[in-house]
Amino acid sequence: MWTGDYFYLVRKLVIKDFTIRYRHMSLGIFWSLLNPLVMMAVWTYVFTTIFRNSIPHFPLHILSGVITFNFFTVAWQSATTSVLDNAGLIKRNPFRREVIPIASILSNVPHLLIQLGLLVVFVFIGGLGMNIHWLWLPVVWGLELLCLIGLGLACSAIYVVVRDMRYIVESINLVLFWVVPIVYSFDMVPERMRPLYQFNPIAALILATHNIVLQGRSPSTILLAKLAAVSVISMVLGLIIFRRVERKFYEYL
Amino acid sequence: MSLISVQGVSKIFRHRKQKSLLRDHLRDMVSQSSNQEEGFYALRDVSFTVQAEEAVALIGANGAGKSTMLALVSGLAEPDTGSIQVNGTIAPLLELGSGFHPDLTGRENLIMNAAILGLNEKQTKERFQAILDFSELADFIDEPLRTYSSGMVLRLAFSIATHCDPSILIIDEILGVGDSNFQGKCQHRIEGLRKEGKTFLVVSHSTYTVRNFCNRAIWLHHGVVVADGPANEVADAYEAFMVDPSQPLPGNLIREAPPEAPVTVAAKGRRQRRSDR
Repeated sequence: MWTGDYFYLVRKLVIKDFTIRYRHMSLGIFWSLLNPLVMMAVWTYVFTTIFRNSIPHFPLHILSGVITFNFFTVAWQSATTSVLDNAGLIKRNPFRREVIPIASILSNVPHLLIQLGLLVVFVFIGGLGMNIHWLWLPVVWGLELLCLIGLGLACSAIYVVVRDMRYIVESINLVLFWVVPIVYSFDMVPERMRPLYQFNPIAALILATHNIVLQGRSPSTILLAKLAAVSVISMVLGLIIFRRVERKFYEYL
Repeated sequence: MSLISVQGVSKIFRHRKQKSLLRDHLRDMVSQSSNQEEGFYALRDVSFTVQAEEAVALIGANGAGKSTMLALVSGLAEPDTGSIQVNGTIAPLLELGSGFHPDLTGRENLIMNAAILGLNEKQTKERFQAILDFSELADFIDEPLRTYSSGMVLRLAFSIATHCDPSILIIDEILGVGDSNFQGKCQHRIEGLRKEGKTFLVVSHSTYTVRNFCNRAIWLHHGVVVADGPANEVADAYEAFMVDPSQPLPGNLIREAPPEAPVTVAAKGRRQRRSDR
């Protein structure tokens, strides 16, 4: 029986991951800021000069979408391979295995906070200010993390017994890019698709972020309810799947 | 009260023919034989108990099931039948320095490894100096681990492992790391823990270690307990057998069908949860 402190262990794993990632970059966090900025610049050029559009605050629209989408996909992929990547640790230490995918997802959060800081800077540059509805941001991000942890638990466990899982996740992410409002806006989505579209947890998060940051209003109740429902279902299913497959870890790792 | 109680435990390993690809699972799903897999008994109907302050050695040839037994007692794997009860905190020192990362400094690795072994923030702070002193690495502790020699890495790992104060230590062949000087220190440390009244379950191929360190030995042969008794007697019998394998095995062995013979097991629904979880 492992009798340690799980919060402390997760915190240490997150710090470890963050330290390793940035130790070999001479410019450190600069690189994590450059990537979304380049995407914002290129796509703004393409979608305002080549394809014309009338989405207000278009650079911010893209930046908030890119940051959210990148976080989701990178965290999901790293969580998926996390159990197998840490096979040595898991085979030799009896702490609860859920720790590994959860820490893997959370270790992307410092990176996310840096990028969200960048977004705030650009919001002010773009002439928009903070408003009371920003208080919704921690709520929607919290729900998103719950959803991601569920997904991460399920996929990391399945990846141990079905090694194709990684490629399935990568392919889903490719498709997913076109089902979130980054290079287009929610208004362009066909009317009858919209209710379904809101069930996509990344789309819901980006929509909520656009509502809060760009339009200065709180996200609609129906959107929040859908995001919450998807997140809770994902978390419960993720845990159930993980617990079932976990028993096979010793033989498969 | 016994600290470790193992009752009628069997563990079956299934032969997996590279069955971790989607096509294998799909094939299983459509084919008739999906419920039948070939396997072998890594452990068969093993029972023993370990009392407080005992030092028990598991001995036997390669593949006898010793490491599997340690994994089961540590809670890393679950038995197919039988039950395992453990009363007390376990430190499974099955591999020194698990989770060490070459790019982190000695200090960072020390703190990380201590967290993995179950120390909290306060305990780590309290014991940091003792761990550092024991490892004799104070001058290098802020250097990245990749600059350490393998002996230094083991010294650090051993220091952390033996300072996490469990009631039961599970050890797989680590009684001695580093140069002969440090090895002596390790022996001393382990013996100190033994005198403090810690309980040990160790796997060792060295009958010297078994005789000198343990008071009891359990001999596993192809997953079956063939002898369980005072360390010296079991080590004698084991040594005699290793010299001349044609000799009959000790008393309580049932020499039945060759244990390597494949068994057919139902792949699903035979699992029994450990009773203490």
